Amino acid sequence: MGIDKLRSKVGVEWEPRVYQVEREMIRRFARAIGDPNPLWQDEEYARASHYGGIIAPPTFILAIGFEQFVEDLMSLAPFNTVLMGGTELECYHHIRLGDVITAIFKISNLRQRQGKMGKMAFMTFDSTYKNQRQELVAKCRQMIIGY
Amino acid sequence: MTEQLYYEDVIVGDEIAPLVKQPTTRQLVMWAGAVGDYFPIHYDKDFAQSRGLPGVIVHGQLIGAFLGQLMTDWIGERGSLRKLSCNYKGMNYPGEALTFKGKVTKKYVENEHHYVECSLRAENSKGEKTASGVAIVILPSRG
Repeated sequence: MGIDKLRSKVGVEWEPRVYQVEREMIRRFARAIGDPNPLWQDEEYARASHYGGIIAPPTFILAIGFEQFVEDLMSLAPFNTVLMGGTELECYHHIRLGDVITAIFKISNLRQRQGKMGKMAFMTFDSTYKNQRQELVAKCRQMIIGY
Repeated sequence: MTEQLYYEDVIVGDEIAPLVKQPTTRQLVMWAGAVGDYFPIHYDKDFAQSRGLPGVIVHGQLIGAFLGQLMTDWIGERGSLRKLSCNYKGMNYPGEALTFKGKVTKKYVENEHHYVECSLRAENSKGEKTASGVAIVILPSRG
């Protein structure tokens, strides 16, 4: 598996991508987890809550930009298999319905070593998410193994 | 929703009410669609087996999201999840019951915020730990 293209990207921020948080995205996300919390879906309940409107579950960050991220990753290094090793999420602001989130990904660490499945790449990705008020909403670090 | 949890209610060593999930392949497809993770090891058995896996496996991040729900259920409306880390230690398979557990390890006040730290784990039906993690939450105070 050639990872030279990936190696040249270590420490370099990928092009920022912008996503608008829509009701249906939050609803699909909550339903996929099977999380019935009315803060994520029940408009009336959420309006009367501490937040005054629908917010997203904190792990909703995992859904923002992930599809494009995986596409970018696979075009740089078309691994046979990709497994998640770990996730670290830090949340600073709630994500609200209608927020416009800018996500920036980068590879912060990459090493390759011989494993059970041949040469395996151990990658650390860091991503940051800002809202339309330029507030840092969340940071995420993901450890991904590719081979 | 459950009653609001306050910082003062929490004692180090407290166990969080466990969350049980039994993800089906259908749920994995829903998750794939919700986050845009279409890697076929999570829905195509032949593909998964061609990659040396016994069958389709649960997305690691879905395990992370279940741990997120464990925490948001516990902290209530006015609690905030500040940090969630999760290490995936073993494969989880659809159809298997998974139990998500948490235990309070620390509580402290910093910059007027009331923090509670918890250790987290996911266990499969055999009682094996398939993920471990840490969560830090901010709770409202009665003070």
